[in-house]
Amino acid sequence: MIAVVRYDAGNVLSVVNALRRCGVEEFELTSDPEVIKNADKVILPGVGDASVALSSLRSLGLDAVISSLTCPVLGICVGMQVLCRHCEEGDVDGLGIFDTEVSRFNLEDPGLKIPHMGWNQLKDMRTPLFKGLPDGSYVYFVHSFRAELSRDTIATTVYGSPFSAALAKDNFFGTQFHPEKSGPSGALIIKNFLAL
Amino acid sequence: MVAKRIIPCLDVKDGKTVKGINFLGLKEVGDPVELGAEYAAQGADELVYLDISATLEGRRTFTELVRAVAMRLDIPFTVGGGISSLADAARLLEAGADKVSINSAALRNPDLIGEIAGHFGSQFVVVAIDARTIDGRWLATTHGGSVQTDKELFSWAKESQERGAGEILFTSMDHDGTKKGYPCDTFAALCGSLSIPVIASGGAGNSEDIAKVLTDGKADAALAASIFHYGEITIPELKRYLAGRGIKVRL
Repeated sequence: MIAVVRYDAGNVLSVVNALRRCGVEEFELTSDPEVIKNADKVILPGVGDASVALSSLRSLGLDAVISSLTCPVLGICVGMQVLCRHCEEGDVDGLGIFDTEVSRFNLEDPGLKIPHMGWNQLKDMRTPLFKGLPDGSYVYFVHSFRAELSRDTIATTVYGSPFSAALAKDNFFGTQFHPEKSGPSGALIIKNFLAL
Repeated sequence: MVAKRIIPCLDVKDGKTVKGINFLGLKEVGDPVELGAEYAAQGADELVYLDISATLEGRRTFTELVRAVAMRLDIPFTVGGGISSLADAARLLEAGADKVSINSAALRNPDLIGEIAGHFGSQFVVVAIDARTIDGRWLATTHGGSVQTDKELFSWAKESQERGAGEILFTSMDHDGTKKGYPCDTFAALCGSLSIPVIASGGAGNSEDIAKVLTDGKADAALAASIFHYGEITIPELKRYLAGRGIKVRL
């Protein structure tokens, strides 16, 4: 069973719809620690403010639960950011799984808009999450804060300068982009995660 | 670098697409879900669904449509038309819309921009501005250009950004429907004055017009309706053309 974590971090519907399009019927939208602990896979969605998302996870008692999971976990967008060491947005500590900081884009080129919104390319992809995806594949981003490059970076994207488009550490994966809104490339990434 | 976006716009009335299309092999031309899925398959980067229903029943139908679109589409989509309150925006978010576009209601009640952005994030709020030139000044209009306001385009766009808009969708009512191209100088000035993306709308007659607004006009995205619906330009043709002109697009 796949658990999609329901917490105060925006809309989880798009993830649910994407799972259905991938043919997954056995999933549960939940904030119940026991259900999450017993899931085969866990998806942590998220849009909005990372500090709000973190305080919601903590108030639901889910921070420790998520950190202790041994099954494959996928954090999406803010769901990825909260798994990092620290988030500049609200100046809060994350769960510290990925060894990197999330900071605001610091763009020297005034022609570059914030948020980084739209389709951009993935480079330097590694891990089975990106199996079958050609270098330079386009995925959909909407964000103003990004994770810096680190040893846990498993894909990079350039916006002004390179940042972590995806991270992985052991059984934890995170994507800054939205695979559920990234057309066939995103569907492949979701299927790859489901096959882990 | 982030790609320039191509965004078809579908007008929906009482749950059906209003304008016809010429897609080969697409049977249910009136079905907005099928039409949107076809555009997505052809390489559209986002879609806009504009509700032009005038009745309460039409509005209810539209919400159901948004739910069906969200289940089917694997690209982002914006919904607009008749959104005048936080509750309207919440209802559409809950149905699965990625963004809402507000126009007349924002002019009437500018606080609405901040209310929606505050609850659901700036990425959820597109402020649409329909403007035309009057004595050399760009002034916003409402109700499809039929009602003039005294809000000046550049200051209203800037105010919208400061109030929390995530994008500006600017349509020149002087050019809309003319197929004579976009006012690229105005777009360039608008894009240069804002830190949020600008979507260009209204006036495209061919691929060259779209290339110009994305380069000379500095727009981040181009939205069009009839040139796509009537098959005058297909999205793959357009994107190949833009790529050939050195414009970064998702192919």
